[in-house]
Amino acid sequence: MIEKVNDKKIVIANEWSALKKFTDARIALGKTGVSVSLKEVLKFKMAHAHARDAVFSLLNIDELIKQLSSFRLPVYLLKSKAADKHIYLRRPDLGRQLSDDSVNQLSSTNITYDVSISITNGLSATAINNHAMQLLVLLIPMLASSNISIAPICLIENGRVAVADEAASLLNAKISIILIGERPGLSSPDSLGAYITYNPKVGLTDEARNCISNIRKEGLQYKQAADKTFYLIKEALRLKLSGVTLKENSDDTFKLS
Amino acid sequence: MAYKYTVHNHIYTFNDLKALLAKATPYRSGDALAGLTADSYEERIAAQICLADLPLSTFLNETIIPYEDDEVTRLIVDTHDKKSFSLIESFTVGELRDWLLSDAADTHTLQQLQFAFTPEIVAAVSKIMRNQDLIIIAQKCEIVTHFRNTIGLKKRFSTRLQPNHPTDDTKGIAASIIDGLLYASGDAVIGINPATDNPAHVHLLLNLLDAFISKFSIPTQACVLAHLTTTIELINKNAPVDLVFQSIGGTEKTNSSFGINLSMLKEANDAALSLNRGTIGNNVMYFETGQGSSLSANANHSVDQQTCEVRAYAVARHFKPHLVNSVVGFIGPEYLYDGKQITRAALEDHFCGKLLGLPMGVDICYTNHAEADQDDMDNLLLLLGAAGCNFIMGVPGADDIMLNYQSTSFHDALFVRKVLGLKPAPEFESWLMQHDIMDDKGNILTSHKFQQHLTEKFISA
Repeated sequence: MIEKVNDKKIVIANEWSALKKFTDARIALGKTGVSVSLKEVLKFKMAHAHARDAVFSLLNIDELIKQLSSFRLPVYLLKSKAADKHIYLRRPDLGRQLSDDSVNQLSSTNITYDVSISITNGLSATAINNHAMQLLVLLIPMLASSNISIAPICLIENGRVAVADEAASLLNAKISIILIGERPGLSSPDSLGAYITYNPKVGLTDEARNCISNIRKEGLQYKQAADKTFYLIKEALRLKLSGVTLKENSDDTFKLS
Repeated sequence: MAYKYTVHNHIYTFNDLKALLAKATPYRSGDALAGLTADSYEERIAAQICLADLPLSTFLNETIIPYEDDEVTRLIVDTHDKKSFSLIESFTVGELRDWLLSDAADTHTLQQLQFAFTPEIVAAVSKIMRNQDLIIIAQKCEIVTHFRNTIGLKKRFSTRLQPNHPTDDTKGIAASIIDGLLYASGDAVIGINPATDNPAHVHLLLNLLDAFISKFSIPTQACVLAHLTTTIELINKNAPVDLVFQSIGGTEKTNSSFGINLSMLKEANDAALSLNRGTIGNNVMYFETGQGSSLSANANHSVDQQTCEVRAYAVARHFKPHLVNSVVGFIGPEYLYDGKQITRAALEDHFCGKLLGLPMGVDICYTNHAEADQDDMDNLLLLLGAAGCNFIMGVPGADDIMLNYQSTSFHDALFVRKVLGLKPAPEFESWLMQHDIMDDKGNILTSHKFQQHLTEKFISA
């Protein structure tokens, strides 16, 4: 005979749950048998759902172009050679190259610039939709007030970090900055990364870049991110280099390539 | 030399051994990215049949990356045990598969043959195997290592406690360590991925781990997964280094992209040995590998990613490591696209490593841009538990908040131990029971004096 269960306290909580205040890690989850409670399982699944949705999210192009127009800079809408997200995930090489049409749009001119700004969805368009403008409204005036010239802005669909090298070199810019949606974590589906590359050209790899990572509401704040980016741009222009030889204190934990 | 096989009057030609190995490989996205996969299902099986008929001696006569160009090839050739190889010399790859499954290939015999096998032979035979073959043969291998405890015994299953924190906050890390210990995790190693490679900072984390292990007499070992140059520098400053970590790959060029070579690995190994911190043994290296690292570094020499991976195991075994961890799903969907590919690769890596004599563990994991979820990880966890995997990761709630990927949780390890009747490393098991963290049936106790002791000490600190 199974006795009727009256005790609803099935899940055993952990007496050390006070430790939770020291970390966002999923500690002191309690247990039923050897397993975690359904409440925690569903919390985890919802976080994963947010991360998955972020990977397949789309750039809010009309809204972004409208907002970017406030900077009174021309905006190019470009594409990488990765035609859709599924190809993008399998073929990082295609995400690093501009489509032929996009290359034609950036046809060579004799004008040179200090800085080219590219924006691409990367692995989270949500990150761009949420944070790109917020960062640029701080950064662009800082550049302008230091007489750093800015090329037309490139909004690129399905790009990897290196796609900005091609765009910036076609625009004759000394420095390439790319804002890109980072690989979503369970607790960070909308984390924005900024990569800075001096003398951008096709074929460069990560060691040539400086990265500012984890730009989001719960992570690195817009003001700090803009200050850091501005500092790195000035240093890169002064020293004529970027990457491992350009020292900074960013806590970049992983890189997109 | 070209290899040929005919199916229905169509002659498939494979230009050389590395092309044959690549075309015979079960499909995965990384080989497609590298342009190395078979063009059709038929071509793949034709390659597998052709590969099965190759005599093992072929692999001694044809190097897939030239001896002159690559120090990993030189290591493989120069450390090959010709004497024990004579026992299997007459086999083809296919016969080796059948023999490995036979009762004649028992634990002891397989141990004798470790250096008769080259990475390429082991990779080749794995390519023609089904998943169940990879499991049942790996289960026969027993690779045991020692530092402060004994890892890899049959019927034992260990975990690396991975208490990462996005800013390396020592209190945050310590909170995760306490949680892990109280869930019986951490016998393989307590290993932190630091957020930065700054030596002073890594030193601080090493001191934290050393304090934990010595204050509570935990029979385990510590590691901060910094670059080996950082760790060597810290050893010279008398930092408490138990295990030296390094990522390694299967080609010289891959290793140079990691900023290392064989002589640097030797220097690190010697430095760690000089500290003599192990109490019951001196396996002092902790290596991580993963399919796709060579391609990602443009260093694959048109060799398929699984064969490159197995060559990394030749590097690893030269230094008698305590732990080798294939971070199978970490590198991303461009190399292993979904749960099926991750599962296959993990079973291959575990099997190949074990046959070559390595204490293999697997980071059963995926990133959020891969087609995988926790159900895939549950399946793989059970398969690797059955295969006799030495260790997996223990991450709070399976969610690594620093590296932003999902691995296995403390609870996951308890699940697989329970379902398969496995126990932690013996010394660690005794320690858990001594502190009433676990009872003699392997059940976790949640209310006991030790947790009060640990947390009080910590919060008042």
